[in-house]
Amino acid sequence: MTNIHDERHFELTVNGERRQVVDGYPGESLLTVLRDRLGLTGAKGACEEGECGSCSVLLDGNLVCSCLVLAASATQSSVVTIEGLGGSTDVQTAFVECGAIQCGFCTPGLIMAATNLLERSTEPQTDEIREALAGNLCRCTGYGRIVEAVQTVVVQRSQGAS
Amino acid sequence: MSDLGIRESSLTGGLGQSPLRPDGIAKSEGAYEFSSDLSADNMLIGKTLRSPHQHARIVSIDTAPALAITGVHRIITADDVPGKPTYGLISSDQPVFAADVVRYIGEPIAAVVADDEDICARAIEAIEVVYEVLPALADARLAKDPNTPSIHPDGNVIREQNVVTGDLSVVGDVIVEDHYSIGMQDQAFLGLESALAIPDEDRAGVECHVATQWLHEDLGQVAACLDLPTSAVRLVLGGVGGAFGGREDLSLQVHVCLLALATGRPVKMHYSRSESFLGHVHRHPAEIWMRHHATSEGILVKIEAEFVFDGGAYASTSSAVLVNAVTHAQGPYRCENAEVKGIAVRTNNLPCGAMRGFGVVQACFAHERQMDLLAQACGLDPLEIRRRNAMSTGDRLITGQVVESVAPVSEIIEGLSRMPFPEGAGAVEQHPYEMPGGAGNTTRPGDVVRGIGYGLSIKNLMYSEAFDDYSTARCQLRDGIVTLKFATAEVGQGFITIAPQIARSTLGLEEVELDAIDTNVGSAGSTSASRQTWMSGGAVEAACLRVRELVYQHVATTQGTDPLVYAIDGAELVNTSTGDRRPMTEVVVGLEFDEEVEYRHRPTVPLDENGQGDCHTAFAFVGHRAVVDVDIELGLVRVVEMSTVQDVGRALNPLSVTGQIEGGIAQGLGLALMEEIIQRDGRIMNPSFTDYLIPTIADMPPVVAELIEIPDPQAPMGAKGVGEPPTISSTPAVISAVQDAMNTAYGSAPHLRRVPLQPSDVAKTVNAGLGD
Repeated sequence: MTNIHDERHFELTVNGERRQVVDGYPGESLLTVLRDRLGLTGAKGACEEGECGSCSVLLDGNLVCSCLVLAASATQSSVVTIEGLGGSTDVQTAFVECGAIQCGFCTPGLIMAATNLLERSTEPQTDEIREALAGNLCRCTGYGRIVEAVQTVVVQRSQGAS
Repeated sequence: MSDLGIRESSLTGGLGQSPLRPDGIAKSEGAYEFSSDLSADNMLIGKTLRSPHQHARIVSIDTAPALAITGVHRIITADDVPGKPTYGLISSDQPVFAADVVRYIGEPIAAVVADDEDICARAIEAIEVVYEVLPALADARLAKDPNTPSIHPDGNVIREQNVVTGDLSVVGDVIVEDHYSIGMQDQAFLGLESALAIPDEDRAGVECHVATQWLHEDLGQVAACLDLPTSAVRLVLGGVGGAFGGREDLSLQVHVCLLALATGRPVKMHYSRSESFLGHVHRHPAEIWMRHHATSEGILVKIEAEFVFDGGAYASTSSAVLVNAVTHAQGPYRCENAEVKGIAVRTNNLPCGAMRGFGVVQACFAHERQMDLLAQACGLDPLEIRRRNAMSTGDRLITGQVVESVAPVSEIIEGLSRMPFPEGAGAVEQHPYEMPGGAGNTTRPGDVVRGIGYGLSIKNLMYSEAFDDYSTARCQLRDGIVTLKFATAEVGQGFITIAPQIARSTLGLEEVELDAIDTNVGSAGSTSASRQTWMSGGAVEAACLRVRELVYQHVATTQGTDPLVYAIDGAELVNTSTGDRRPMTEVVVGLEFDEEVEYRHRPTVPLDENGQGDCHTAFAFVGHRAVVDVDIELGLVRVVEMSTVQDVGRALNPLSVTGQIEGGIAQGLGLALMEEIIQRDGRIMNPSFTDYLIPTIADMPPVVAELIEIPDPQAPMGAKGVGEPPTISSTPAVISAVQDAMNTAYGSAPHLRRVPLQPSDVAKTVNAGLGD
């Protein structure tokens, strides 16, 4: 029988740091813990049922919707959020420069998804890009500039500019 | 140094360029604060109790069991609203909290403030409300029957507006008619409603950080309900995660301020996705009948139409939406005779109001389906029928208003006709991803039929019918830096990008900073109606022009010249009589100016009872072509490509214009193929992104866009608003393309009359065909 008290205090590895989660509820999602307990508001909540991808983070290198991950189950994992990318990565820069950002609410999730795609596939075709990002909703851009941003990074990296 | 004619310095980040969004890097790093990211020390959480009934009398509300829960601080109801008990954009008919009657499922009844979200949820459960359920009025057609009991003291008819002109006895050689309907669409902005209210220490005022489209309108409505002077309420724009009309009405603003004032502590409220579907107004569902009369050559001679808009329980902007629909019934086509009837009614359904396209979406779907029918009846190509009727500048609308705006409808049609077509349909070697059904792998290549369809539209820009529409901007020059101040809501559209561009080009100075967007300056009006580039852009330009004039005067005084000889070229001041040039950065050393301007567009007038009058300010035009592949057996549609030619006046920021075009088309495609709020007995059956579908990146095809840049003489900088047109005629273009595929497959097929299209609309044709 697990002690509830223990579950309210646990550690997560987020962006390379061990972080203490104090006074959490055992049933809280990773998204809630990141945003409300650890003050990392880069991951966004827009549906809280895994449909919109706004809360995307990397869990041991895998793209997940943090709203669907029980925070207490992630204690042995490495979590990387948008804040952990370091800023000004080629993907982040391409999103800014290609006009892939309007309101920007979906942006952190899309950048996590695009970053993950480009780790798995160095030269994805357009249909592969579309399929890989199909779990991330954007209501402003119509996605054209987002595809453009990812393709821009693909070209840059193939030319050794990364 | 005199080198007139040789451009010494170019200006970086001026008009016509596409500088980066000032907030882009922060947004890309997750550092940008949306209203939902805000917090404050000692903050409490608020939550709303909503009606479970479509129509009921509130017999009693017992909050005691909820107040007894540890961690609950206050519960407020209609009794706790100190000021005006109601609010509304045009008519103040919506209660802050329902007092005696609830009129739709989701209507706020009370609000709880507690230590955290979970306690709030338990408290909401614990509030005991006794209802006496009343018969619900759910059918808009019944609502307009005078024998139907009123569900609101203001009656069931929100507005009736007809447009009648010309000779109504005219009968065409060719007549086509049909009934059309449009489902209820949601704005589905990703950033959910949220606000943080911070009370003043003495509780005599409050500061509210909120994601909204119109700070000053909110301010007026909120202050009235709080019974505070507007000076005691400060609204600050919280980061806005999209809007599309859904943030033009109040949602949680009054509630969160009341809770903060009641507790003396900062209070945050934020909606979940399912609550958001209840918490803002939607695009009106509409039933439309249209009959078009034309000569045998396809020239329109008369239009007849009837519109019924379901406004839901409260008025919101229904009356203005209706006016847009009836005054745009003709589309971008010439027609002298018209009899258009329109009514917007109240029902016990969800309140409806503003959404991108604002009444014109509904009208355009119907008139463009009609133009296709007319083309067919006259044996003409769909572009040819449109070409023969294309409106141009100087034409008179059915309202009697002359179109003074540049109206390049013929150019749009020519542009569309020149667009190359994407590669062949339903080829066997197509990857499953590229076929209808996509990764679902449901489509057999042999079932795929390609279709092509067109849609054209006209859209009014800015507000109409004598509304005093203005925007305020302040331009300060100090230490060579320009600071702009305005209350223009940045909702993602990019006004914060073009405002500095305007300042740079007007003043020849590259360093431009933006002050906070809040109510410490005059109103900017709403970020809606495709109006901010024109209105707030006009205000920023005017304020910068005043400062520029003062710079010219200063230089003229010190140089003993006439201020009229000066001009800005790039980043330099040019003396046009001598050709002398100086960098503006040098010219403005030591100069300090501060100018505030209210910009107004020309006045408009209300429509008379026959719908006559110069009610609109200006117009923009657009055309779309959709290419679709249809799985004719399963009724699945894949949009292969969307092409568009759009009249933009002048593209002040080409990248932003592209963004508006692509994003707007996505919403039009969504309405055509998937987006509808389904209500059963007033209850939303699909209040989630699992069940309310919006286009994903896999649904959106490439967009080929051509801009028509004919600067509009009436528009500041020649630029027309570009936000709404992409959404409007993209919807009928997609449906027309599906129709074309169905006609190709079966020789002829039933006329498609409703959006969103259901797979069964296509598949039942197959079944009917098989049954023959």
